[in-house]
Amino acid sequence: MTTAKLTPSGSQTVGPYFAIGLSYLIERSGVVAADAETIEIRGRVLDRDGVPVPDAMLEFWTSNPRDASGKGAFPYGFRRVCVDDNGNFCALVNRPAPAPFSDGTMQSPHVLVLFFARGLLRHLISRLYFDDKPANLSDPVLLGIPAERRHTLIAKSEGANSFRWDVILQGPHETVFFAW
Amino acid sequence: MIESSAIQSGAPGTQPAYHYPPYVSSIARSPRMPLIVLPDTVTERTGPVFGHGLIREGDNDLTAQHSGEPVGERIFVHGRVLDEDGRPLRGTLVEIWQANAAGRYRHKVDMHDAPLDPNFSGAGRMLTDDEGRYWFKTIKPGPYPWGNHYNAWRPAHIHFSLFGAGILSRLVTQMYFPGDPLQPLDPIFNSIPDGAARRRLVSRLDMNRAEPNYALAYEWDIVLRGRADTPFEEPHR
Repeated sequence: MTTAKLTPSGSQTVGPYFAIGLSYLIERSGVVAADAETIEIRGRVLDRDGVPVPDAMLEFWTSNPRDASGKGAFPYGFRRVCVDDNGNFCALVNRPAPAPFSDGTMQSPHVLVLFFARGLLRHLISRLYFDDKPANLSDPVLLGIPAERRHTLIAKSEGANSFRWDVILQGPHETVFFAW
Repeated sequence: MIESSAIQSGAPGTQPAYHYPPYVSSIARSPRMPLIVLPDTVTERTGPVFGHGLIREGDNDLTAQHSGEPVGERIFVHGRVLDEDGRPLRGTLVEIWQANAAGRYRHKVDMHDAPLDPNFSGAGRMLTDDEGRYWFKTIKPGPYPWGNHYNAWRPAHIHFSLFGAGILSRLVTQMYFPGDPLQPLDPIFNSIPDGAARRRLVSRLDMNRAEPNYALAYEWDIVLRGRADTPFEEPHR
């Protein structure tokens, strides 16, 4: 392995006006029908005081090699959404397949989620799981998280292919975020 | 998909902390519980690859998106997107947005009492070429006041959003201009503790790329986390 020669550029906040430059991607990504291959995630982003965050952007990444060939101009597995004035978001994400952990054991299906907002000097990364998956009980990443915080990563079923997942940026019920 | 080796963040002090009280908006929005070490699995080592069909002709010329020319100082902004080994990242999506020459964003929540420019939207994007190069033609953005503290002004900047090889290479940052006296006063700029890392967010006047009697040029290279050019093998089924 080569030694790193360059230091990654510093992150800066996305600020409050990112929609100017980033919402086009939502428009150009086309409409994805809510069928067996997609899952609808609805939720709300809240700050320390329980105040909805009206200027956040979320990006969902479903790594699913089986379907990588389906990429055209817009990559399969990626989805960007902006919250509305009340901090609510709705994202149709591609259904994840089980993927192995570094030790070869299988992980429970999950989606990686990136958060950007005014106030976040660097984006946050979390993982989203689904409450109808028994494999959550043996998922090596979930098991590495303090038991009382695991539920913050598990979206709750609200009907066929529809889940709810609220994100709390700070406080006693803070969503689990990862260091990267 | 492209696989990038998941590695730890760069040298200490080269990235901002989440909680940075001089930037007041960070106080109620930054996590305070311990962060969990990110796993290293296919989820983290892959990322989206954008096709050329996403980009439209003229998306990287912010001065030609309306019927007339925008007001302000016309500039070129160009540079390279590199991985940590200094290798060019080709086909990388670079998205930018910015205020107009008067320091006003075309956005519903920007209340700054400065004129909007009917000939300037302030957004551009392109995919880097085979040498990892990007280039934009735009208007030099003006500084503008904001509510962080009394008489707070943001130094002139252009917002950048980038995708590299793998989702962990994702970067959103801001490019600044050389010699801007507002930089030392700006809590967002100063949120990066390391002085050299801060200075790397400042572009360089590039007279080689300036066009006589037309426009000055600024050069700014961006380094994304990770290492590229390792093709991800599709599993056989």
